[in-house]
Amino acid sequence: MREQLVRRPSTWEVLQDRGIERRDFLKFCMTTTAALGLEAALVPRVVEALETQPRLPVMWMHGLECTCCSESFIRSAHPLVADIVFNMISLDYDDTLQAAAGHQVEAIRKKMMQEYDGEYVLAVEGNAPTKDGGVYCLVAGETFESQLLEAAAHAKFVIAWGSCASNGCVQAAYPNPTGAKPVRKLVFDKPVINVPGCPPISEVMTGLLTYVLTFGKLPELDRQNRPKAFYGHRIHDKCYRRAHFDAGQFVERWDDGGAQKGWCLYKMGCRGPTTYNACSSMMWNDGTSFPIGSGHGCIGCSEDNFWDDGPFYERLTSIPLPGIDSTPETVGKVAAGAALLGVAGHAAAFAIKHRNDPPRDKEMAEGGAS
Amino acid sequence: MSPRIVVDPVTRIEGHLRIEANLDDAGVVQEALSSGTMWRGIEVILQGRDPRDAWAFTERICGVCTTVHALASIRAVENAIGIEIPDNANIIRNMMFLTQMVQDHVVHFYQLHALDWVDVVSALAGDPKETAELNQAISPHWPKATPGYYADVKATLKRFVDSGQLGIFANAYWGNASYKLPPAANLMAVAHYLEALEWQKELVKIHTVFGGKNPHPNYLVGGMPCVLNLDDDTAIGAEKLAFVKDRIREAQAFVEQVYIPDLLAIASFYTDWAAIGGGLGSYLAYGDLPRTTLADPASYLIPRGVILDKNLAEVLPVDPTDLEEITEAVTHSWYRYPDGVQALHPWEGVTEPHYTGPKPPFRNLDETKAYSWLKTPRWKGRAVEVGPLARMLVGYASGRDDFKAVVDAALAKLGVPATALFSTLGRTAARGLETQLCVGWLMEEYERLVANVRAGNTATADTRKWDPKTWPAECRGYGLTEAPRGALGHWVRIQDGKIANYQAIVPSTWNASPRDASGQRGAYEAALLGTPLSDPEQPLEILRTIHSFDPCLACASHVFGPDGRELASVRVR
Repeated sequence: MREQLVRRPSTWEVLQDRGIERRDFLKFCMTTTAALGLEAALVPRVVEALETQPRLPVMWMHGLECTCCSESFIRSAHPLVADIVFNMISLDYDDTLQAAAGHQVEAIRKKMMQEYDGEYVLAVEGNAPTKDGGVYCLVAGETFESQLLEAAAHAKFVIAWGSCASNGCVQAAYPNPTGAKPVRKLVFDKPVINVPGCPPISEVMTGLLTYVLTFGKLPELDRQNRPKAFYGHRIHDKCYRRAHFDAGQFVERWDDGGAQKGWCLYKMGCRGPTTYNACSSMMWNDGTSFPIGSGHGCIGCSEDNFWDDGPFYERLTSIPLPGIDSTPETVGKVAAGAALLGVAGHAAAFAIKHRNDPPRDKEMAEGGAS
Repeated sequence: MSPRIVVDPVTRIEGHLRIEANLDDAGVVQEALSSGTMWRGIEVILQGRDPRDAWAFTERICGVCTTVHALASIRAVENAIGIEIPDNANIIRNMMFLTQMVQDHVVHFYQLHALDWVDVVSALAGDPKETAELNQAISPHWPKATPGYYADVKATLKRFVDSGQLGIFANAYWGNASYKLPPAANLMAVAHYLEALEWQKELVKIHTVFGGKNPHPNYLVGGMPCVLNLDDDTAIGAEKLAFVKDRIREAQAFVEQVYIPDLLAIASFYTDWAAIGGGLGSYLAYGDLPRTTLADPASYLIPRGVILDKNLAEVLPVDPTDLEEITEAVTHSWYRYPDGVQALHPWEGVTEPHYTGPKPPFRNLDETKAYSWLKTPRWKGRAVEVGPLARMLVGYASGRDDFKAVVDAALAKLGVPATALFSTLGRTAARGLETQLCVGWLMEEYERLVANVRAGNTATADTRKWDPKTWPAECRGYGLTEAPRGALGHWVRIQDGKIANYQAIVPSTWNASPRDASGQRGAYEAALLGTPLSDPEQPLEILRTIHSFDPCLACASHVFGPDGRELASVRVR
């Protein structure tokens, strides 16, 4: 193994293997140079870099989590996950897919920290329990917390996959029995890219890796260290049901006439107005659908603390929306600052002149077929 | 006894599992310890929350067997409140269940289990023409079974290995004497590893159509959130139903033409494993897939029952509401029960985490003390195995023709007797045979849904009891289902519209549990006894048997206490 690690193929060699011709490779280098904002004179240096750099080594660790991020990752349609794992990166440690186990896999982890010191990407799925000495997640007789800190110290940068690693997610919901902490609250001396979502959309995950590999830099991040490309707008802003929100056409009960016509789910608790994610634009599973598209409101799974921002079926705020707020007693108790901001903006931006009641026929018949 | 070997982390599973084993001089396992090494406390977190939200929390118990906890949860809440769901909701839930079962079983076989039987390095010596002939012999209609295709796969694999960056294949057990497949079979299996990886993402789109995303699609107490409407392009109508049907047809092709032929071909080289890894010989299945309603287990496509001591002549009934029948103990777990309490039914479940293991970093655990974050579930005091093998045996012993047909055909093909089922190989084969049944049922359920829509029945939710004001002040319920890995149950108590108590007993807790007060081993530990290792430095055979159960540890290490506010009292020694 050790000898084998000495010689690693460059991007150019890999592209050659995949049937890419030299001419196309040089074109690719020119485009990349331009995309990186470099002057044309630097093309030869980009060519040289892509000719000689080996595939990017990745260490993928699992803490307290449910593995939904890995499952989402392998759903990627473009690029295909096999392309990523076998052609674009070198997934040297990943306890979910790794052939070896036990001390053989521990040896890989240790070797990576030594031989690729400062070179590998640390991808973290899940988070670390910090209560009671970290005993709630043990790997190879060590605490996950200690393994995470050790791996981060030798990494080039860290990707926090999903809401567990980015924000804490379900095990950090009140009362957070294990003291679970996201990566950003444990690792301070390395760039940490947050990719929240439970799980993140598969093409967001592979899209981030493609960005890094193609353009040789980290993408632009927002204040919460999320890639702007995927978390730049609210689900509500790009939702195909938005027109119904603006028109005051809402689902009032599950499977009612409004639901049958694809009206807005805001009154059923939809968190689209306060959730930053690409669900309504990129959609899920190769564009098949997304939660709102299949009749359920967004639960806000890419937002910090979304589990404690419920109940999920209570609408977001108590802001009166003229003419549509027919049952004030059911209005949400939680009025988070972000929620207020989000919906208040809308309330100010439009004035509802009339209300279109959903057709009642369906509602009358509800449950009748059961 | 030789020194203890430790396998930690056990890879190609979900979650964190540790196995320790003692071998004799011949390299045969004499003693085994299975420890779940993670705990998240999701049921504690559920305290006081809206029961209609519980499915979303519990769904996050596991993202590999995504949906199963959501299904068990909404059933438990509906059972407590007294909600009956529309027929379409039942059918769609069945389709979600079957989609999950088929996808999960195929991914388990190729991505998580195959490398225990398939030598990737040996595949480099596979002759493309010979491989194509082998594939054509076992699967005459699979279009990729050509020499050109296998030459390409081989070239890709060779470049990958030559690169020196072996990624997930690094430092593994290639060349170990217990790999038995010829190079051509290895090459075929590696090609299908890649094909399965690419195909599995197509099938789960059925979840996305009905549930909006995968992993973690959406469910709803009272039915399903999606709507059926042939006259609106935003609802599920003719186009989306046709899309679903295509995904099912693809699945039928992949299962019948790739998975099952591969499984039987690989198994034929490993028939010695029909005598290894049997373990407990007692099995439990809750069953699922109601054809009428959940309240009518007689209509389930997968029947319910218990088989004890390999006795296929008798299937015993299961009562999830009997406080004496299903219980959990914590004698060897890192939890504490009130004084004098030995075992508790999940409706009365108490859990207080209490770590008494060695202070990390540590080298070994001690099976005479507490050694796991998993509790110890028992059925009438008996340790039982759950999973595809349990379900297939209960179906077989119940005299179900569809079960008998696939099981008998496989036994005949491999030339082994029915007793071969009680083994590591039997477990792995049962998973495939179940997939065969599931993919057929998936199309049947689809046809039932279309028939309902054709007849004008489009209801997907009953909201008459949606408002908590319509609920009894106090109620309790249970929801049972079958996860790909085995029997799953959720038990809930609701008080004044809030969750007062929530408990899940999940498949990997049954299978990976530590021993109980009387020393009875769980299924993993029992199955490892007698397993021979050809090289004690390489735990390949241990992985074979453990992977045959398809472990899921994030599921298994759950806990719940009636008062979630005062929790951990941890003593690190």
